[in-house]
Amino acid sequence: MAVAQPVGVYEREDLLTGCQAVAEGIRLANVDVIAAYPIRPYTEVMDAISKIIADGKLDAEYIVADSEHSQFEIVKHAASVGARAFAGSSGTGWMYGFEALVVTATDRLPVLFLVGNRALDDPGAFGVEHNDALAIRDMGWLLCWVATAQEALEHVLLGYRIAEDKRVMMPMALAMDGAFLTHSQHIVRIPSQEAVNRFLPPFDLAERRLHPDNPVSIAPQVNEDWVMEIRRQNWEAARRARGVITAAYEEFNQVFGPRYKPPYYFEEFQTEDAEVVLVGMGTVAMPARTAVRRLREQGHRVGYVNLRWFRPFPTLELRDCLRRFRAVGVIDRDFAHGAPDDGGVLLHEVRSCLYPLRERPAVVNFITGLGGRDVSIQDAIRMYEITQEAARKDRLDGFVTWVGVRE
Amino acid sequence: MSTAEKVLVYDRIKGVKQIPLEEFYTSGHRTCQGCESATVMRQFIKAAGPRTVVAGSTGCMYVANTSYMTTPWIVPWMHTQLGAGGSSAVGMAAGLRALMRKNRIPQEKINVISFCGDLGGGDMGLSGISGALQTDYDLLIIMYDNESAANTDIQATGLTTWGAQTTFSPVGRVRRIMHRRWKKNVAAMLAVGHPNCRYVATACATFPPLDFLNKVRKALSVGGPTFIHTYDPCPKGWDFHPRYSHELGELGVRSGLLPLYEIIDGQVVYTYDARKTAKGRIPVREYLSRQGRFAHLTEEDIAYIQRMVDEMWDEWEVPGVAPFRGNLKVPA
Repeated sequence: MAVAQPVGVYEREDLLTGCQAVAEGIRLANVDVIAAYPIRPYTEVMDAISKIIADGKLDAEYIVADSEHSQFEIVKHAASVGARAFAGSSGTGWMYGFEALVVTATDRLPVLFLVGNRALDDPGAFGVEHNDALAIRDMGWLLCWVATAQEALEHVLLGYRIAEDKRVMMPMALAMDGAFLTHSQHIVRIPSQEAVNRFLPPFDLAERRLHPDNPVSIAPQVNEDWVMEIRRQNWEAARRARGVITAAYEEFNQVFGPRYKPPYYFEEFQTEDAEVVLVGMGTVAMPARTAVRRLREQGHRVGYVNLRWFRPFPTLELRDCLRRFRAVGVIDRDFAHGAPDDGGVLLHEVRSCLYPLRERPAVVNFITGLGGRDVSIQDAIRMYEITQEAARKDRLDGFVTWVGVRE
Repeated sequence: MSTAEKVLVYDRIKGVKQIPLEEFYTSGHRTCQGCESATVMRQFIKAAGPRTVVAGSTGCMYVANTSYMTTPWIVPWMHTQLGAGGSSAVGMAAGLRALMRKNRIPQEKINVISFCGDLGGGDMGLSGISGALQTDYDLLIIMYDNESAANTDIQATGLTTWGAQTTFSPVGRVRRIMHRRWKKNVAAMLAVGHPNCRYVATACATFPPLDFLNKVRKALSVGGPTFIHTYDPCPKGWDFHPRYSHELGELGVRSGLLPLYEIIDGQVVYTYDARKTAKGRIPVREYLSRQGRFAHLTEEDIAYIQRMVDEMWDEWEVPGVAPFRGNLKVPA
């Protein structure tokens, strides 16, 4: 993005993978406690962080845990005494620690996790699928996907800022596609510490911190007497998060220059006069945008919407965006076997979001790129063609196509 | 003076009159009459004092102990998951160390204690406790062992005594004994595998008097990660009258079934050694026959348990602790 930047905001440029960019974000966020456990592909972030700590560039406790469950519990309890904490995982490792992920959210502890998306076993596959991160979608987490290493670094800062806001206090999962982003190198502009300090205040757990001077009991047994009220507080926090997210991006733009455009939750590409769009998350944006350019050369009015925030889901903003089009093709890099219309997870979120409209675009669904299979430009063009056909024929909602599968 | 006192500088409680009067685990809990695990809670925090943070794993000492708005804890306390006895302690200790080093909270010694039951600590959480004992954080993990999932309905665990009747090991018409696992030797296992851990002990909250209080003091004074396994008679789960809880603990220790020891920097100290008493070890029958959970055992069953306990004290290289029996002579 060729825009003027305020002087002194960025200190240097470097060639970094997505994971390395997150590690730079962790350094700049002055994180206090980091717990590691290896699993591909997220694990490179811990390789990078351990080197940063070994080189004296970050003062943090760095613990190599015995399992993901312990890893996640360590950072949860580090946060409970008031420390800013970081962990992460991928695929089955993420699922191994799932119990700890749930309580981190219900304890309202704003840690940040990197999810390097990976297919769930069995059979083994290192490549990207979104089912790992999506598993926490109902648990009270903030969940967003980034598509470039620059966004990854910046969303570490945005993530802590939003998660630690007193109106939110929810853990933040920063998801990125395994291999395609975790391990692909990009030129990244690294902000200066001084600019980061202006944007990201120190973490303050205030009256909830566990310390002898503040003798509180956290998470006692409540049963039916209080669980519903506590769930309600979680629900309200997730609702309030929407306003906090918008404000955080606005302030980010003020400090670092105009990096992000409203409504921030998603990015639109050549949608102004589009008749049909695809909606996807993560690095599928690359082939989709290239397909848009090629199809536009042939006169097709197509665009692409890259959804960044999945939780909280940008209901009103996405509804306002997608209502302009005749047909919407939803790309799922996940599976939801036996779900309504046999579609993927994102299909149901998008369709549900559009349902209140009297005039709805036709919505079709693509299951693609599972287990790290490449989604080619040709695949994206095919998805556009099917979506255009849906617009012409007014085909039934929920039509599902597997793209790139041997049948 | 025992070896422990020679090598360890700590604030020893020398007599019952020196036990601190202040209570940091007080009214509000809903544990059963005669609950020895509640006595463990009360005593460990009495010994540790108010500059302490506590994490409590899921178990009866969570569910029965800590109800919303009636918490018994005067010190800061937080629930942690069933298998997170080790990791919760590491997290709190790491967070406090980082915040002190970065001058965000005042420098001081804050005790970090995490407790877990025999199911949570001895079975599910063993890996996490092992991880914790490999760190260099000052922390204490207390495994309160009432030989069952006592909150959940008295189910057998890896630490339930062989032959006991539980809701997972009922007596049936065809099978008299469903629970055929020998009690897991958690404290010694942890001591053997973690040279970084300077202090491991077993204890019984009420016998001998003061012993457990001083073991907590030692564990918190020695530095680094430490572990104490307590034997807690459970009237509901073991089927005896609540007035006899303390007697059951004493009988278990005196029979040798529940060995009391400390391992300090690799050296074993027997904090109660029945072999050196006038009567020697009492028969296990005296302990077993007082509990309904063993009512179905035959003479042969009791003889089997007695034989196992005899081997433990007479044949093990480190009696009551490590089941090694010399080098196997392999023909050349």
